[in-house]
Amino acid sequence: MSKVKTLILRAPGTNCDAESAFAFQQAGAITSSIHISELIRHGQRLSDYQIMVIPGGFTYGDDISAGKVLANELRLKLGGDIARFIESGGLILGICNGFQVLVKAGILPGLPEAKRQSLTLMTNDSGKFECRWVHLVVNEKSPCVFTKNIDHMYLPVAHAEGKVIADAETLPQLNVVLYYTDESGSNKAGYPYNPNGSVANIAGICDTSGHIFALMPHPERCIKNTQLPRWTRQETKKYKNGFQIFVNAVKWAQSL
Amino acid sequence: MIYKIEVWLKNNLPDVRGLSLAKDIYDLGITTVSNIRVVDIYRLDTDLKLDELDLICQNLLVDSVIQEMRCESTSENENKLDTNHNIVEVAYNAGVTDPVEETSMKAVLDLGVSGIRAIKTAKRYLIEGHLNEYQLETISNRLLVNPIIQHVVKSEPMAFPENPQYIFKLKHMDILGANKDELMKIGRQFGFTNNEFQTIGDYFRKQQRNPTDAELETLAQTWSEHCVHKTFKDRIKFGDITIDNLLKNTIMKVTEELNKPWCLSVFEDNAGVIDFDGRWALCFKVETHNHPSAVEPYGGASTGVGGVVRDALGTGLGAKPILNTDVFCFGPPDFPYDRLPRGILHPRRIFKGVHSGVADYGNRLGIPTANGAILFDERYVANPLVFCGTLGLLPKNMSKMGQQRPGDLVVLAGGKTGRDGIHGVTFASEQLTEKSSTTSYSSVQIGNPIVEKKLIDVILQARDRGLYSRITDCGGGGLSSAVGEMAAKTGAHIYLDRVPLKYSGLSYSEIWISESQERMVLAVPPKHIEKLLALFSSEDVEATVIGEFSNDRKLQLFYQDNLVCDLSMQFLHRGRPRIERKATWEQPQFSEPNFAQPQDLNETLLQVLGAWNICSKEWIIRQYDHEVQGTSVLKPLVGSNNDGPSDAAIIRPLLDSTMGVIISNGINHKYGEIDPYWMAASNIDEVLRQIVAVGGDLKRVALLDNFSWGNTNQPDTLGALVRAAQACYDMATTYGTPFISGKDSLNNEFEFEGETISIPHTLLISAIGIMEDVNQAISMDFKKADDLVYIIGNTWNELGGTEYFRMKGFTGNNVPKVNPQQSKELMYKLSSATKKGLVEACHDLSEGGFGTAVAEMAFAGGLGATVHLGRMPLGEPMARDDSILFSESNSRFLVEVAPENKDEFEKTMSTVNLAVIGQVSNSETLDIYGMNGRKIVSKSLSQLKEAWQKPLRW
Repeated sequence: MSKVKTLILRAPGTNCDAESAFAFQQAGAITSSIHISELIRHGQRLSDYQIMVIPGGFTYGDDISAGKVLANELRLKLGGDIARFIESGGLILGICNGFQVLVKAGILPGLPEAKRQSLTLMTNDSGKFECRWVHLVVNEKSPCVFTKNIDHMYLPVAHAEGKVIADAETLPQLNVVLYYTDESGSNKAGYPYNPNGSVANIAGICDTSGHIFALMPHPERCIKNTQLPRWTRQETKKYKNGFQIFVNAVKWAQSL
Repeated sequence: MIYKIEVWLKNNLPDVRGLSLAKDIYDLGITTVSNIRVVDIYRLDTDLKLDELDLICQNLLVDSVIQEMRCESTSENENKLDTNHNIVEVAYNAGVTDPVEETSMKAVLDLGVSGIRAIKTAKRYLIEGHLNEYQLETISNRLLVNPIIQHVVKSEPMAFPENPQYIFKLKHMDILGANKDELMKIGRQFGFTNNEFQTIGDYFRKQQRNPTDAELETLAQTWSEHCVHKTFKDRIKFGDITIDNLLKNTIMKVTEELNKPWCLSVFEDNAGVIDFDGRWALCFKVETHNHPSAVEPYGGASTGVGGVVRDALGTGLGAKPILNTDVFCFGPPDFPYDRLPRGILHPRRIFKGVHSGVADYGNRLGIPTANGAILFDERYVANPLVFCGTLGLLPKNMSKMGQQRPGDLVVLAGGKTGRDGIHGVTFASEQLTEKSSTTSYSSVQIGNPIVEKKLIDVILQARDRGLYSRITDCGGGGLSSAVGEMAAKTGAHIYLDRVPLKYSGLSYSEIWISESQERMVLAVPPKHIEKLLALFSSEDVEATVIGEFSNDRKLQLFYQDNLVCDLSMQFLHRGRPRIERKATWEQPQFSEPNFAQPQDLNETLLQVLGAWNICSKEWIIRQYDHEVQGTSVLKPLVGSNNDGPSDAAIIRPLLDSTMGVIISNGINHKYGEIDPYWMAASNIDEVLRQIVAVGGDLKRVALLDNFSWGNTNQPDTLGALVRAAQACYDMATTYGTPFISGKDSLNNEFEFEGETISIPHTLLISAIGIMEDVNQAISMDFKKADDLVYIIGNTWNELGGTEYFRMKGFTGNNVPKVNPQQSKELMYKLSSATKKGLVEACHDLSEGGFGTAVAEMAFAGGLGATVHLGRMPLGEPMARDDSILFSESNSRFLVEVAPENKDEFEKTMSTVNLAVIGQVSNSETLDIYGMNGRKIVSKSLSQLKEAWQKPLRW
């Protein structure tokens, strides 16, 4: 069987490309880090890949609003390619800035009759950049292929604009994949367990097919035990890291 | 036509930017503000129609889920009066780079819209609540506007001001016809000493011509203290002895004598380089950015980060930056406003500005900021210190500085050149005055981290493809220093009119010395130039051939075919007359404290834990991305609730290897008041303790020095520098830890109303240690009830310069000393105990002494403890409990050992002075028993932690 090919999309200001590539490699994929300008020039083709990742970072400095400029580039210059990629069953993963990009490009939440952007990510309620670890519970009803066989995770967030906010009609229709909780799995704990004030403690969503997944926490920064906090306290057995996400994606893509 | 687009959050959403500003206003003592909303303003210079503008608004500038907007031409807008709000609008000054402008222009083109000539952004603050004019002005001046880069918009601009055109005119400085006084006047204008300018006069008289301004600028930059380090490298008369080159006789001598094979490149490149694993090497450098941060904290500090990151990128053939470390010294955050010297920003504002500058820049570059320290002292009020450090990773076979050949092309890559930072080097080498804020605005550089990130990405690709022969960063002194140094052995011809500019109007001299950020200089063999330029263009990074290296050992600059500078490299780099300075040293005598031991040491311990220098820095740390790159092994915050203070950071630079790097910083200016020798010794001991505490060893540890000193023209200030440097030699030699690079920032003083306030002599020692297996890392939090608590090392009656004495209003004289031989032996043994897995937790004792360390271990682990001062090994008789609790004697650790490992641990430590002083417990309390066996401290973990966390929970 040929190996799964993963495209790690780079743009000016992308900064989690190396660790995202490493995570996919560890999960058995071949990765290529491709600059957006190369895709636009057709030096590289999206259709040669089974997985596309929009990694974390500050694309275009997050000027104007986080992820907006890259989102417009994807929508206006690669819209057709991306539509065909999705059509063919390709997987898309957006992490942190990638979440912001997918939402602002209209690729997520991927609801059937959405005409205008109805969901966004805004400044954290704390008003600050927050680098901290969060407990996450996976919505077991979610169709997301990335989170199969995962019920909870402990991952770091590092962002200033991660508060999910949606209009009243959209909110109940969202395919929520991940919720922020406290250690016990309760979703009532508030800040800092929910580090940004996201409505309904939403940390990650997917489209209806479960092929397009975006989350604010960084699973690629936590695929080994020594990346977890408190591993020096031998507490790591209690917590699941993010590696399974990459394994699931690669396994799924193998069947394409 | 100018259109104004205003964007604001919908009214039902809380405006968190406004809320945090309201908090800052409350901190100013203004309590009447109830709410603030912030409006983002974009002014577009264009002839587009409104429907086209609407496209831009809807598709780019406004997020309709959360925002609303208004777009109008400014001529029809009679600033609408709004009686409910106090309104302040803040815009960038002309000539200051608006960081959002470039992206906005690109994004508009992406939408398929052309015809926008310029975009400028501004912010409008709508402040609710009753304020009088004076209060509003106070808020503007203290929180909203920094006049160096911004102003309050009073009326709508009818047009954007155009930049003036520059018309070439070669400028000569008349020294042939000048008399002695006039000559010295010209010399001073460029910052030369009389002796230096005499030499320059002779050089040009021999050539029978006057120098151009560009020639004098080049010499001024190259000969500045900042670039050439005359204080360290020239002659010092210290008592009866003459030290010819202090650096070579102390810091560099350690390295030379130790002669470690793993030191790959020391004291010659932008950073020092050591071997990591035989295939990869690490480079490390820490720089200061003090003066720019004093006048514009955000810009000054962010460009400090940008600058040191470029040092890594410009080391060897280029290193990938993999970690940042930052150390700040500020005035106390509660410094009274009425004592603040005129023209000086309040310490709190400097703190917040510096911190967000460092965080924003580092976070955007995707470099983890995983280690640091902050010190507070009133003497830093007018002259804060900002140390920024970067660790880089590069292939071992690329760790040596490259060498270009004559004919190789000079390529300038990265950001465009503007007026930013002109005369930054001479500014950095001079004393600050209350006028600095207004006169030195052009010395402040404005950074754009995304430009630097793009530059890093593309340079590492070019490096791996072997497309250039040498690289260096454009830092202090701009092109003049970068090209001048690179071409020292060959010569170079540079065509200044080819340098891409941010805006018109720059003279050839300004282009040559501009310190615009995010620029690197490459030497590119002609056969690779096309490939290199194509690569850079594919990543949207500007790269321009601005000249070539020659073989005539001359620095020749041209502007529109006119020769504007023609200097021999020999004179530029070897012509400077050396100076000789006098240094003296006499130990000051402080009054010995005479206060009685406090009745209640519970209260005292809480006060010490809450001291600015000791309290939790979590507020800062959480705003740094310390997890990016996925390399983190030991985080800055550790323990059962991820909030205890880690002694050092550990990262794993290669994700598929178990080898790690430990990073630590040692700094304590207070000991230096008593004796800079023991300050330096203590800092080195501290930096090594931290490495050992987290599970490392001293076998492969490299050090950096950073001297931030007062005016070294004063013999006693220079004497203090000599003492500190001597300690660096003595200590590092015994520990076997070489220095690999360093930096000094002198003349850190401030003149106010005729009085000169000098910073305390401050030495930062930074260290990296190689760790064979990161799985052996140890954190400082207590792990398990019933484990034994050991103290390692003797406690002495050393309270001089301690946090405890400072709290009591004393300095004292018994400064903590170091016996490096004993300390080394102790650390080696502790390292082997850790490697054997005998250590559950380990914490080094530093500021706040034993009392602080044991409390931190307890609340970080969420476990109580009972400890007995009477069991502690003492170096000399000590009777007072408070002295033992808060002495800051060096070479001490607290170690948690499981009862079953007791014998093995003690056997491994053999002759080292140590004692079991107590046990970890399941209770929620820390109990400390005094010398007479009575309980002197009994506090709950939550009270201890609260005292420690509260001061900086902003």
